[in-house]
Amino acid sequence: MSFGDLLEVSVGPHHPSTHGVFRMRVTLDGETVVRLKPVFGYLHRNHEKIAESISYLGSMPFTDRLDYMNAMSNNWAYALAVEKLTGQSVPERAEYVRIILAELTRLLNHVCLAGFLLQDMGASGTPLMYAFREREKILDLFESLSGSRMMCNFQRFGGCRQDLSADWLREAGRLIDRFGPFLDEFELLLAGNEIVLARTQGVGVLPRALAISAGATGPVLRASGVAYDLRQADGYGLYPRFPFRVPYGTHGDTYDRYRVRVLEMRESLGILRQALATLPEGPVLDPKARLRGLRPKAGEAYGRIEGPKGEIGFYLVSDGGPNPYRYRVRPPSLINLTALEDMCLGHTLADAVVILGSIDIVLGEVDR
Amino acid sequence: MKGLLQGLRITARNLVGSFRDPERLTTVAYPEQKLALPPQFRSFPFLVAGSAEDPIGSLRCVACLICQKECPPACIHIERSTDKKPDAAGKPQFYPAQFDIDFSVCMNCGICAEVCPFDAIRMGQDYEIATEERALALTWNRAQLTRAVP
Repeated sequence: MSFGDLLEVSVGPHHPSTHGVFRMRVTLDGETVVRLKPVFGYLHRNHEKIAESISYLGSMPFTDRLDYMNAMSNNWAYALAVEKLTGQSVPERAEYVRIILAELTRLLNHVCLAGFLLQDMGASGTPLMYAFREREKILDLFESLSGSRMMCNFQRFGGCRQDLSADWLREAGRLIDRFGPFLDEFELLLAGNEIVLARTQGVGVLPRALAISAGATGPVLRASGVAYDLRQADGYGLYPRFPFRVPYGTHGDTYDRYRVRVLEMRESLGILRQALATLPEGPVLDPKARLRGLRPKAGEAYGRIEGPKGEIGFYLVSDGGPNPYRYRVRPPSLINLTALEDMCLGHTLADAVVILGSIDIVLGEVDR
Repeated sequence: MKGLLQGLRITARNLVGSFRDPERLTTVAYPEQKLALPPQFRSFPFLVAGSAEDPIGSLRCVACLICQKECPPACIHIERSTDKKPDAAGKPQFYPAQFDIDFSVCMNCGICAEVCPFDAIRMGQDYEIATEERALALTWNRAQLTRAVP
């Protein structure tokens, strides 16, 4: 192979297959990828530095905009970090509410991802629109609860902003009952499709050892055969009360990453049914919780949860002032993205697009 | 081939189903048709006034500047008055001589309404405020922001 035959292509940042403003500098030998360098930073908003100049509460709506598909989980991770810093306790009902909302978020993230992934493979529109139809029902629930479809700004330090009404719980129960049949139909749509199988099986393999050493988390790690889920490994919130299985793959290819997410959605439905059935009464916000004027004692805290994309964590250092001294986000998509080149080498450019889709990135979180 | 045909069958079922099953047809023809907003829905903040006859004179805001300090994107600008006027209870209070919100910056988070100790600022439900101008037309002043609440 002589270097004269190589072709360097810049894919993105304005390309629909890059899920936002992501750019890949791909070096091609014919159609085969021999080098791939991710370029990002086009959506940098200086989130971490801004957070150091505003109050603890002020960063909450900005966390919605990190992974803008999953505002509820981001809120929870940030609230958890601040609660660890201040030693604030959370009422039992609020913990249940957080679990219900986080699992609904997982459903909407994974169903969208499945739609986007199939769209990347050329199934134009149809699966994505079915996925969006279901996602919209979950977003309607979020809107009637928090006032906004996607930018929920819902969790507070010491609980949640709003209680779940009986109507809301009834609607959520109906949605959960209908989601199972929808998943069955959605899987029939393309899971047995010969083209999908040929495009995904054995493509973009992430070996188990590499997944661990790259620090991958979430479905990307589990598809590579590591049954590591923070909900069980860390047991934050009240998750130890809910028995559920952690699905994991064996091959670490694109197909496994897709399958793991579908199975996770089914487990999430199980958690949601348990949580709705055993939801305790009580307040959703600790009476001692303070909205403003928060001045945690000097110290540091790291709050992390199993977000739909992996471990989302917030690291806070306080010097006793009203603003965090240091504020750092551990975004799952950025760290999962670091293994992209290894997954893509030796595959065609069209496969690289599918592999990128299967990692599930959101650029709001990658660039911050 | 079998899997392909299976998928096409599902697509056909959804297509036919969208004509009779409301579960499968979820879009509306906006702007002719509009969905009802949930009561919790929030868009942009407005200032609460006590009476419709004299909205500016009956503003609940006492210019304490808390919302201006807490607003995460810092889109609220308040000038506190130098004199005091009696409020609804007859107690002399400061009032906002100027109260501007830049809606091109506002991100609808609702923190201003949440932190206000006097319930003087609330979240409204207007979402059709688009203009052709970028900056000045979206900076609303005290008069534009005021709404009488019975």
